[in-house]
Amino acid sequence: MNFTLRIWRQKGPASPGDLVTYPMKDVSPDMSLLEMLDGLNERLIAEGQEPIAFESDCREGICGVCGLTINGIPHGRRRSTTTCQLHMRMFEDGEEITIEPFRAGCFPVVKDLVVDRRAFDRIIASGGFISASTGSAPEANSLPVSKKMSDRAMDAAQCIGCGACVASCPNGSAMLFVGAKISHLGLLPQGQPERYDRARKMVAQMDREGFGACTNTGECEAVCPKDISLEFIARMFRDYLRSVFVERPESGAGGGP
Amino acid sequence: MTWLRSLWQSTIGKKVVMAVTGLILFGFVIGHLLGNMQVLLPDGARRINHYSRFLHENAGLLWGARATLLIALILHLITSLQLTLRNRKARPEPYRVKRWREASYASRTMMLSGPIIFFYIVYHLAHLTTGQAHPDFNPDDVYRNLVIGFGVWWASGAYIVAQILIAMHISHGAWSMFQSVGLNHPLYTPPLKMLARVLAIGIAAGYISIPVAVMTGLVT
Ligand code: HEM
Ligand code: FES
Repeated sequence: MNFTLRIWRQKGPASPGDLVTYPMKDVSPDMSLLEMLDGLNERLIAEGQEPIAFESDCREGICGVCGLTINGIPHGRRRSTTTCQLHMRMFEDGEEITIEPFRAGCFPVVKDLVVDRRAFDRIIASGGFISASTGSAPEANSLPVSKKMSDRAMDAAQCIGCGACVASCPNGSAMLFVGAKISHLGLLPQGQPERYDRARKMVAQMDREGFGACTNTGECEAVCPKDISLEFIARMFRDYLRSVFVERPESGAGGGP
Repeated sequence: MTWLRSLWQSTIGKKVVMAVTGLILFGFVIGHLLGNMQVLLPDGARRINHYSRFLHENAGLLWGARATLLIALILHLITSLQLTLRNRKARPEPYRVKRWREASYASRTMMLSGPIIFFYIVYHLAHLTTGQAHPDFNPDDVYRNLVIGFGVWWASGAYIVAQILIAMHISHGAWSMFQSVGLNHPLYTPPLKMLARVLAIGIAAGYISIPVAVMTGLVT
């Protein structure tokens, strides 16, 4: 198969970027898009040019590191699929393929197609965990979890933190990501003690980072490689509102009655 | 009151304000339509003037509703502007190629339909409530104001265009306001989205029928 690639090239965070055209010939339909880019990079290196910077790790759709906007859709045209799982047979022979980074104010471009997504890490660090004593694990059956709840928690826990939700959103909002992270812990008994604090802290960090506010366009849900539902955004709203209205704010004095 | 401040400062709190004020405005749009549709009933002239007199005789009710609507509109406007500024900053660089998979045109243009609706509201009040924008206004004869007002083709045209924009705004807003207060359910949300669209079209059709009835001579 033959393609015309138009790829975003940008030297560094502060330098201007632009699309550069690269013709690709004799691409196997069984190649993944990233393998095709690997091939292109070998060619560029052989020609003495700077290879295209892009990220990948597992290449099996579980780590969330790969993320490119392909022909205007984060992760490309195939639903429920990460960039690394997108194969060239999904494209038409002779097609022009435009590849851009995941764009958002909170995801500044580092170089070419690589963006800095550490804002997500800071949101997780603000509350996306449970506090548990270390030592030997407790007996598994000592905390009953209904099948229904564990299924829903796992639906939320599927989120791989790739950032496609933010990249697709007209508002650069991270609410699908944060909603999934708040929900997957908040749906399980282990997550209950810190549930409302977690919601308040993670939302506060999300706002501090400068992510936008959801306008319920549903674009994030439609591009999410893991099909995270808008329902989790609504759930985050409920947990957050409850934390604001019902939870007693901390006095700052520590302990006390 | 720290809880109120932290709520107001958060994106989620502002979305809740948008949703609640949107619901108030939405309720008005429906109530106002039901009141106005009396024009099309037999004996419409008497009915609408009677309705208008009823409202004016109950000044507490009328001014209570007006104050609620004004506060709701102002809050809706302030939060929409604040959130939009924030959202623009969160999405500074556009894609060279962008394709939408799900986001409807109406959902992406709330900040276009909304402000146009705002200017329409100002015009509408000056046209049929206070009369400055009306060629021959009589505060005691709503029916005559309608017939004369909509006899001007461009005035009717402005109303019709505004109603189409309101329909777009509502087709997204009427389900979005549920999501924005945390209500979403896989069983109820899809029919709710459908209902929002049907309601939006029905509301616009109802409102548009009034200037159309005047222009076609059904209401004289
Ligand atoms: C008759 C007047 C109006 C009605 C009935 C109305 C109704 C609504 C409703 C029900 C929502 C959904 C709330 C939510 O998603 O949280 C909404 C959202 C919104 N409205 Fe209005 N609105 C009106 C006027 C305006 C005006 C004048 C503006 C512009 C300044 C505006 C801008 C917006 C924006 C930006 C949103 C949020 C968009 C979104 O959630 O997708 N609206 N409106
Ligand atoms: S490289 Fe790990 S998900 Fe694509």
